Amino acid sequence: MAMVLKQPSVLPGFGLTLGFALFYFSLIVLIPLSGLFVKTTTLSWEQFWHTVTEPRAMASYQLTFGASFLGALINGFFGSVVAWVLVRYRFPGRSIVDALVDLPFALPTAVAGIALTAIYSSNGWIGRYLEPLGLKVAFTPLGVLVALTFIGLPFVVRTVQPVLQDLDMEVEEAATTLGANRWQTFRAVIVPELWPALLTGMAMAFARSVGEYGSVIFIAGNMPLKSEITPLLIMTKLEQYDYAGATALGVVMLVVSFILALMINLIQWWSGKRHTTT
Amino acid sequence: MSIQVDHVTKRFGNFTVLNDVSLHAKAGELIALLGPSGCGKTTLLRILAGLERPDQGRILLHDVEVTDQRITDRRVGFVFQHYALFRHMTVTENVAFGLSVLPKAQRPSPDKIQKKVDELLSLVQMRAMADRYPNQLSGGQRQRVALARALAVEPKLLLLDEPFGALDAKVRKELRRWLRRLHDELHITSILVTHDQEEALEAADRIVVLNQGHIEQIGTPDEVYESPATPFVYHFLGDVNVFHGRMSQDETVHEEAIRQLPAEVDASGEHEVTFVRPHDLELSLSRTTPTQLEATVRFVITAGSRVRLELASKDSPQIISVELTRERYRELKLGQGDMVFVHPKQLQVFKMPGPRS
Amino acid sequence: MSTEIAARVKNEEWKASLTSESALVRWALIVAALGYLTLFLFIPLAAVFTEALKNGVESYFASFTDPDALSAIRLTFLAASLAVPLNLVFGVAAAWAIAKFEFVGKQILTTLIDIPLAVSPVISGLIYVLLFGAQGWIGPWLAEHDIKIIFALPGIVLATTFVTVPFIARELIPLMQSQGREEEEAALTLGASGWQTFTRVTLPNIKWSLLYGVILCNARAMGEFGAVSVVSGHIRGLTNTLPLHVEILYNEYNAVGAFAVASLLTLLAIVTLIAKTMIERKTASSRTAHDPVWSTQPGNPL
Repeated sequence: MAMVLKQPSVLPGFGLTLGFALFYFSLIVLIPLSGLFVKTTTLSWEQFWHTVTEPRAMASYQLTFGASFLGALINGFFGSVVAWVLVRYRFPGRSIVDALVDLPFALPTAVAGIALTAIYSSNGWIGRYLEPLGLKVAFTPLGVLVALTFIGLPFVVRTVQPVLQDLDMEVEEAATTLGANRWQTFRAVIVPELWPALLTGMAMAFARSVGEYGSVIFIAGNMPLKSEITPLLIMTKLEQYDYAGATALGVVMLVVSFILALMINLIQWWSGKRHTTT
Repeated sequence: MSIQVDHVTKRFGNFTVLNDVSLHAKAGELIALLGPSGCGKTTLLRILAGLERPDQGRILLHDVEVTDQRITDRRVGFVFQHYALFRHMTVTENVAFGLSVLPKAQRPSPDKIQKKVDELLSLVQMRAMADRYPNQLSGGQRQRVALARALAVEPKLLLLDEPFGALDAKVRKELRRWLRRLHDELHITSILVTHDQEEALEAADRIVVLNQGHIEQIGTPDEVYESPATPFVYHFLGDVNVFHGRMSQDETVHEEAIRQLPAEVDASGEHEVTFVRPHDLELSLSRTTPTQLEATVRFVITAGSRVRLELASKDSPQIISVELTRERYRELKLGQGDMVFVHPKQLQVFKMPGPRS
Repeated sequence: MSTEIAARVKNEEWKASLTSESALVRWALIVAALGYLTLFLFIPLAAVFTEALKNGVESYFASFTDPDALSAIRLTFLAASLAVPLNLVFGVAAAWAIAKFEFVGKQILTTLIDIPLAVSPVISGLIYVLLFGAQGWIGPWLAEHDIKIIFALPGIVLATTFVTVPFIARELIPLMQSQGREEEEAALTLGASGWQTFTRVTLPNIKWSLLYGVILCNARAMGEFGAVSVVSGHIRGLTNTLPLHVEILYNEYNAVGAFAVASLLTLLAIVTLIAKTMIERKTASSRTAHDPVWSTQPGNPL
């Protein structure tokens, strides 16, 4: 333990707390996760490759990643607007709206799933107006997009909000005194500050959407090769006892998750570096 | 209780913070550890408290070795630079804390605890704020509560880590005097860490001057100020004029005439340097001895309790700082551009390694 | 104190007017923001309750008093009551180690703790099936000893625990890091033991964030769907949690019943949000305005 500690400490409990934390975490998280990778090794490389590149899987990737990406973009734009409005403006009900932004995060995914389906199905509150216009949302890839946008909503808002709150008004005032109009000030002064937070938020929304299950399967239609997301494909394989297939796809998803998490950390580190050098 | 620090060395990684430091404090003394940031004074204090362990050396409290003793057993009162008051407890609860965590057998009754807390709060003049929370107090008030809290457990040793560092100048002065009076009343052996030489000179019985992990000098405030043992101590305590070469205050020593010429490196590879405090320089309007320095007045700063003058020496690019009483200044009636003659009343000569830089 | 705040707000508003957009732009932005939120947030929220009450109040209450619903409620509570305390102990231990000490690999540990948040719920369930399922590593051994983990309570608890591991730790770590070690050191110099220091000095300083962490962890534990779906086997009356029960009802075209049960979970979510707001106010008033509960850590504050 003394080797691990950079500086021996008088505060008690280091060995106990770190030991327990590592033990618990390995038991509950690390070992089961590694079990997934180990299981994959029982497949031959051809088997693995075949499973993860079969048409049904490829179609599911397209839908999952495509819809997640679009959802992240939509949230990137509107989420920033929402963050701006919440931070800069005062209007009645602002604090309620502010609290509700976290709803997609606190709400069970199944509840979100059935609620969205009910709304966008052909006799739903919104669906009934969209269907005559030819826009079928429920049971189509568009429904997947809607669900993933809902899920990703809080991420961009909550990463951009603190940055906006900490913005130094003085810099904006300086730009104004130098003759910049509002739009120029926004572009030159505010956007560069927001950019890392925005990227982080979008990456998080994307990461979350890619793995999302509960809120999507009700509204998706779930037709193989058309409106089937990758997590559902994994679930289906499990139900058919195709453990090898489920594992292979699971590894793909896990690797993607880790890469995304790494990217997010990199963005945060990079933006942290920028700030300390200025 | 007396304190003995025996050849203590402490390293953080590759950096040696304390290098073979030894000192002895008598029971009831108030000792100041004085030095610039990074000199190791806070580390030494924390080692005394048990918050750090030395890599080498021993600590003895009242002749008992405590180097390996845990903090909780040491009965040392520690006052942190940023107070470290328990933010969710009232002033009363803060002060009572040390008593309330005593083992059941030793713990006083709640009444006794309350009484002790009241006594201490009266001592530090915070009785009226007994029910306030730390964030409702000013810095000076918080510091007094921190002191009361440390005193509550009747420590044999009181350690204060730059206790007034975070306060503004006036409050600092008041609290420093108040601390000294408190110490005179309570007679607890105390060690005060500070980088403020005025504070050390005013409050301490003895001063330990530290620099880069080793002790430069230990002495009473007078000794340290009037007879600094090293150039560092000279520089650190008060302003100083540095003259390269040897100056003399004795008018009759002719061959030791004041030289502004580059000093030659003598046989031992060192050159001599003379230190004179600004208030130890005497000025006259005309030359009275051949050993005086000729200089011209460049700036006069009359604000403050004394008058400070900056003189340009005639024979060298040196700026000489002089401090005069207002009386003397009025006598001389000096103005910018006037010529004066400078003579040291008191000086100290050190040998510095290497040729003059 | 409040007149100070009022004066400061007025001053800020005046200063803000110097660097503000035109009224037209402002209103356009507000409309866009509210429109987006209405579409993706308010309407779904309202839909849950409207659909639930479609057949009247009696039918609403009947939906969660039938035996299957009751056993789903029981199972949900049971799983949460096991998962949350375990993660609480973990969260506190990890936060103490990370916040009060310097050690090799600290940053790695902090990043690792976020892993369950990045993993798809289906995968979170899959890994336990691979471990404990009939064809899993320990599967045969378990079958021999007649121990059921998958398709039984233990599996559900495990999956729920996995998914909610990070929540309490993530609430505590930034807070405890910003609070430093000085108060604990002070307590030690005053003679307190390690346990006394923790309970009387550290705990009171973190109590609100701890409470919120527990509430959030609980809400997520009760609402977990994907992971539990994989490990539970969907056995009605036995291994169905509330979210799974919602799914079953919905797939049986009992939409009203499904929404009624869903409304319970929605209320839980709303309670969580209210708790968060109240706790933010509490911590904001005792610290500076720059430090609300959720922004001390860059990135996902949730």
